[in-house]
Amino acid sequence: MPGGAAWIDRGAAFGDGLMAGDWPQRARGTAERAARESYGRLLSLLALRGGDLAAAEDALADAFAAALAVWPEQGLPDNPAAWLLTVARNRQRDGSRSAASRLRAELDNEVAEALIDDAIDPDAIPDSRLALLFVCAHPAIDAGARAPLMMQTVLGLQARDIARAFLLPEATMAQRLVRAKRKIREARIAFALPTRSEMPERLDCVLEAIFGVYAIGWDMAGEVACGHASAQPSGDVVEDLADEARYLADLLANLLPDEPEVLGLAASLALSDARRATRVGPDGGYVALDAQDTARWDAIKIAWGEQLLMRAHALGRLGRFQLEAAIQSVHVARARSGVTDWAALALLYEGLVRFSPSAGALTARAIALGHAQQPTVGLMALQQIDPTVQDAFQPAWAARAHLLTLAGRDADALVALDRAIGLTTGPRTRDELQRRRQALQVRLRGANPHD
Amino acid sequence: MKYTLFLYSNEAQVAAAPPAALQQVKSAFEAYTQSLKDAGVFVTTDWLRPSTTATTLSLRDGVRRIQDGPYADSKEQLGGFYVIDVPNLDDALRWAERCPAAQRGLIEVRPSAMG
Repeated sequence: MPGGAAWIDRGAAFGDGLMAGDWPQRARGTAERAARESYGRLLSLLALRGGDLAAAEDALADAFAAALAVWPEQGLPDNPAAWLLTVARNRQRDGSRSAASRLRAELDNEVAEALIDDAIDPDAIPDSRLALLFVCAHPAIDAGARAPLMMQTVLGLQARDIARAFLLPEATMAQRLVRAKRKIREARIAFALPTRSEMPERLDCVLEAIFGVYAIGWDMAGEVACGHASAQPSGDVVEDLADEARYLADLLANLLPDEPEVLGLAASLALSDARRATRVGPDGGYVALDAQDTARWDAIKIAWGEQLLMRAHALGRLGRFQLEAAIQSVHVARARSGVTDWAALALLYEGLVRFSPSAGALTARAIALGHAQQPTVGLMALQQIDPTVQDAFQPAWAARAHLLTLAGRDADALVALDRAIGLTTGPRTRDELQRRRQALQVRLRGANPHD
Repeated sequence: MKYTLFLYSNEAQVAAAPPAALQQVKSAFEAYTQSLKDAGVFVTTDWLRPSTTATTLSLRDGVRRIQDGPYADSKEQLGGFYVIDVPNLDDALRWAERCPAAQRGLIEVRPSAMG
């Protein structure tokens, strides 16, 4: 979803996932979203001042607590964000005294000040959130803490929920976040936009982290929503993650409209997301891309993604995320043409592996080649995945099984499929693979009736 | 805020370098030191003799232990340091990037606990 008011308007237009008549739930969702947005804005303004993220968080938490105490009695202030900012700044200034002891005594003063400070419009200073994103993605911070830190500080998610999303114990995640914030404070990482020469590396970190958050949400929404897994993260949090990632990507696209890769990321997420509702069938089972009902793909998200992608291409600097978006664009084009242009996909994946030769990209490229040319070409392309990774990489085995099936080598496909099933952790994916396995077995028995 | 840049390099490589190359490295460091001074961020620096000359000491329950060699044995050895005074880590990293030691060895950047 794009940021701010735009999100609210579009959310209403989409009714995305919420029933049109279910107003209270939607209103609550909108309010939560608004609170989350102002959280990131306010936190970045506060942190910018002191360079201390943890202290800024404490000050803001105090301000929210004060709001809970005061607003029900005195009514909502004209500018709630300005009110919260003023109270939090006072807390920050006076950090040595505990919130509890001050709360009652000085609340009236603070409310008066808040009214005076109404002229401060946090909406007018969006860049501070951008700076906060860049701080969270700083290469001096542990790579495993960067995306969680963004989720906590810019989106205001709880450590508990972030831990669930990353399949880590809460204590581990909390410690990782605390350590990262201590590093920011003690090493004094600058709350500033990177210089032009530093921008590519830093921006890459930000984009990677957002892409990672989306991928977690995407994978897990597929596994959790069907109510399979009790040990998995709860559906709410996880289904939300894809939205959070899209929100950040769109925010970044608004703030850095001349960075083609930023637009590419936002486009890629919008285009993937257009297919989200069709990934799960009515029986709760996984629906593969080629079996998805294209009529149910979200035309508004597709139009938005295509528009972002065109703007990115017009800037004339190709990159990994633009290729990811172009790949998604080819997939959604099936809604119009009825066919998948595998040759175009093979070409785009060729480009993608040059930028980012990950095992995942190499696997997808092999599948595209297998369809565009011959299954055997795809099988050979799979060999380019690092052998040490290949053996335990579930997608490579699933792809091998798929290509072997296309090649008519059902017995070999069965072996590969068994490997893939053994490596699958998500129950929904496993169900789908089991279904394919049964189909293969039926075919094999048909071929060898005496077997 | 003061930051110390700890310069690590492979001593064996340095020892094997021809004198002309060493002279080049030396003047690169001199130029770097001068640019730190010109920018007003220089605090102090030292260039250390090889780690084979190091002696490591500890005192446990009043017993002094002295050992030949550096504290940590690694592929790269501490060969020198700069202390600079800059506003934040990003500035410190920008200076570290310009240090000749970054090209062959490694630079560890640590903030001062004393401000």
